[in-house]
Amino acid sequence: MRVIRFIQSDGFPDFLARLSRNNRVLAPVVKPAGKRSVVFEQWREGMPVILEKTTVPPKEAVLPQCETLFVCKKSKNPDNPEDVGMTLGTVPEDASTTLPTLIFACRSCDARGFAVLDRPFLKGPFADPYYKARRARLAVITLTCSTGCNTCFCHWVGGGPSSPEGSDVLMTEIEDGFVLQAMTPAGEALLESSNLADGKDIFPKAEAARKAAWASLLPAPDLKNAQQKVAAVFKNEQFWREHAAACLSCGACTYFCPACYCFNITDEGDAFEADGARRLRSWDNCMSSLFTREASGHNSRAQKAQRLRNRVSHKFSTYPENWGKFSCNGCGRCISNCPVHLDIRDVVVNALAVEDE
Amino acid sequence: MPVMQGKELRIVGFLCNWCSYGGADTAGVARAEQPTDLRIIRVPCSGRVDPLFIVKALLNGADGVLVSGCHPRDCHYSAGNFYARRRLEVLKRFLPVIGIDDARFEYTWVSAAEGQRWQQVVTSFTERVHALGAAPRIEDAKPFLKVADMALKPLRTLGTGKNAPLEKLKEAIKAKLPELECVIGWQKGYDDIHTTPLFMKSAEEVDKLVWGPLNVVNTANYLSQFKGKKVGIVVKGCDSRSVVELLQENLISREAVTIFAMPCEGTLDVARVNEKLGRYTIVNAADSDGAGLLVTVDGKKHSLAMEELAQGKCRCCTHPSAVLTDVLVGDAPQAPAAAPTPPELALLDSMGLEERRGFWRGQMERCLRCYACRNACPMCVCRDHCVSDARDPHWMTQEADVVQKLFFQTIHALHLAGRCTGCGECQRACPVGIPILALRQQTARAVEELFGGYKPGFDPAAVPPLLGYEVEEQNIRETRI
Ligand code: SF4
Ligand code: SF4
Ligand code: SF4
Ligand code: SF4
Repeated sequence: MRVIRFIQSDGFPDFLARLSRNNRVLAPVVKPAGKRSVVFEQWREGMPVILEKTTVPPKEAVLPQCETLFVCKKSKNPDNPEDVGMTLGTVPEDASTTLPTLIFACRSCDARGFAVLDRPFLKGPFADPYYKARRARLAVITLTCSTGCNTCFCHWVGGGPSSPEGSDVLMTEIEDGFVLQAMTPAGEALLESSNLADGKDIFPKAEAARKAAWASLLPAPDLKNAQQKVAAVFKNEQFWREHAAACLSCGACTYFCPACYCFNITDEGDAFEADGARRLRSWDNCMSSLFTREASGHNSRAQKAQRLRNRVSHKFSTYPENWGKFSCNGCGRCISNCPVHLDIRDVVVNALAVEDE
Repeated sequence: MPVMQGKELRIVGFLCNWCSYGGADTAGVARAEQPTDLRIIRVPCSGRVDPLFIVKALLNGADGVLVSGCHPRDCHYSAGNFYARRRLEVLKRFLPVIGIDDARFEYTWVSAAEGQRWQQVVTSFTERVHALGAAPRIEDAKPFLKVADMALKPLRTLGTGKNAPLEKLKEAIKAKLPELECVIGWQKGYDDIHTTPLFMKSAEEVDKLVWGPLNVVNTANYLSQFKGKKVGIVVKGCDSRSVVELLQENLISREAVTIFAMPCEGTLDVARVNEKLGRYTIVNAADSDGAGLLVTVDGKKHSLAMEELAQGKCRCCTHPSAVLTDVLVGDAPQAPAAAPTPPELALLDSMGLEERRGFWRGQMERCLRCYACRNACPMCVCRDHCVSDARDPHWMTQEADVVQKLFFQTIHALHLAGRCTGCGECQRACPVGIPILALRQQTARAVEELFGGYKPGFDPAAVPPLLGYEVEEQNIRETRI
């Protein structure tokens, strides 16, 4: 059995302070606003942590909303203006690159999101160096869920409230405290270097809590044919038009998805200026019309139905075709954050029900 | 170039080609002594100065911005400066809400012959900006997070529409359906406390129509996508104002839309409902007692009282009945006459400029630029052609900093000036709850003050104020500098 520790409910500030000595610890905090929003922020002494599922998933830890890939500077030879020199400038550093990152109180669905991102970024013909650098220094402590919720469906798509994929440590609430179980060598090292008490004796309680959480979930439909079924409705325009009728084409579904990873690359600034020009990589999303607009002006997905089809198909048919798994972890954020309450579950379930032609 | 030994400030001047640029030239030729902080940008006309040029300069480090054009009635293009005057006045009243001192911006008129006046304008504006000092940057402000008190007492008793004649409405829709492509309304969503838009094409679909405080989505958002087709739309009072505004701007035609309405008793702030219910798996039952919803989730009972959880806009609502209808079902309630300052704006009003900068910095930090706010706005009709997405003109960078994010909110608020009906959809759509409605409420207040109490979305024949002008403006008192 791997390393198992126990922490008392009031022990988090000490634990986090210890972890913060050599990590950028990201922990969930509530932002004061009319709408409750919980986000991951770098933990600092005295910051109240809330053990809720966040509104914004932690994928920013490895794939920032915007990052500078490189800075480029140009200079002219005053004697010969045709002689232009070009050099690479330095990319400003931030905590996401200088320190290892530790996500505290992640959820299983979000942790599995990292596994979804790893495949294209690390396991394809090329490994993305920017992603790789952050990912190699990422550790995840996941809080297992004690219940499901009205929008999430992890157990439909191969996960579950205590699924270990993507997590280094699983943390489960039992009465008056939490049991932490290392799932990877990194998780072991992390727990071993802590001063937490051993938890082997009470581990059965954690196991029981996890079982109870599983048992509390509503029955899941069988998605074993989803890949074929979603692929089969690809050409059914009517199907997509109906499902996209209420869609506003915004990015709330994709930008809040732990498993969406599309990006855009743009250049900003002037290489002749003091700060140089910056090549940026920033999030992009397939629900926006600009995503597929070509330089000629032609747009291969000019209609929102085509864009919704892309999102759902990528998650349930094309990504699985390439990698053998769905690229949806059932976190439900695209449902709960959608301004018009569209439900990706409906789309998939309805695709299953369409008779093959 | 670095600013000269910190003595000069960065002042940007937008000067029209025909008068003020000439005036500056006249001053120069006459060797009139003037401060050198001003960097001049020549534009064809003061009417060409998009207020966003000014905001962009101010958000990106300008300490002051001056716009100067031809005197009224002297515009080379007849009326460019009359349009400019309206926009720039609105801008002046907008700047403070994002924490920018409006004294850092001024507009005035200088003719090509007035070299001396130009000298005096530059000198006095430069002195004014120097007295204010270097402009504080939003991104340096200390985050100041505060929440608006949304529990304001409603103007009238809100309810759940329990006794609304929904069956009658359905009959009326069914009767008209054969002439229409579809009728837009609401249906039950993923559970009993969330609804989603419904596009009714058949009688069976009409039977899915629901009515009540969960019908939050503004149905008018979908109208422009049906251009050229005859459609029906079910509206609440606020939605009807969006329909009227679309008519005012010729974005839809009156013949093509059939408006079905029932008087509205208010809608719930779904975000606060979600918060109150907490994490739950299923809704076991949902009912209404007239004053609120009674819901059971995961076996636990909750009462969602309208008095406690209605949206801010409903508490201040003066037009619960549609302002324009083809088919009205139900009796229109007594509508309250005047609305108080909406709660989001009242919160900003209570802050100083520095606090406001801290407020927006703290709030905008978590914006993901998902543009749900923009796409949920029924009046954002550029849709797939928004300037925020454009590379040319290059209004915004892809950087994820607070300046870019707040600048987008400014773009939205100013593009909506005189057009925003306050439906609140932008704010409701924001997944991270940024109280962006306050910015729109401030432009609406400015428009109301400047243009004789004008409110958008009441009269299909009214010209939106920023699409027109008067030679002698009733409420604009230009500052003489
Ligand atoms: S597609 Fe939706 S439910 Fe699936 S992981 Fe993404 S946000 Fe979550
Ligand atoms: S603002 Fe008025 S018409 Fe609109 S939902 Fe609220 S009460 Fe109804
Ligand atoms: S800006 Fe906001 S409040 Fe105004 S019309 Fe658009 S969505 Fe409604
Ligand atoms: S909806 Fe909210 S998070 Fe999305 S772009 Fe608008 S303000 Fe930002």
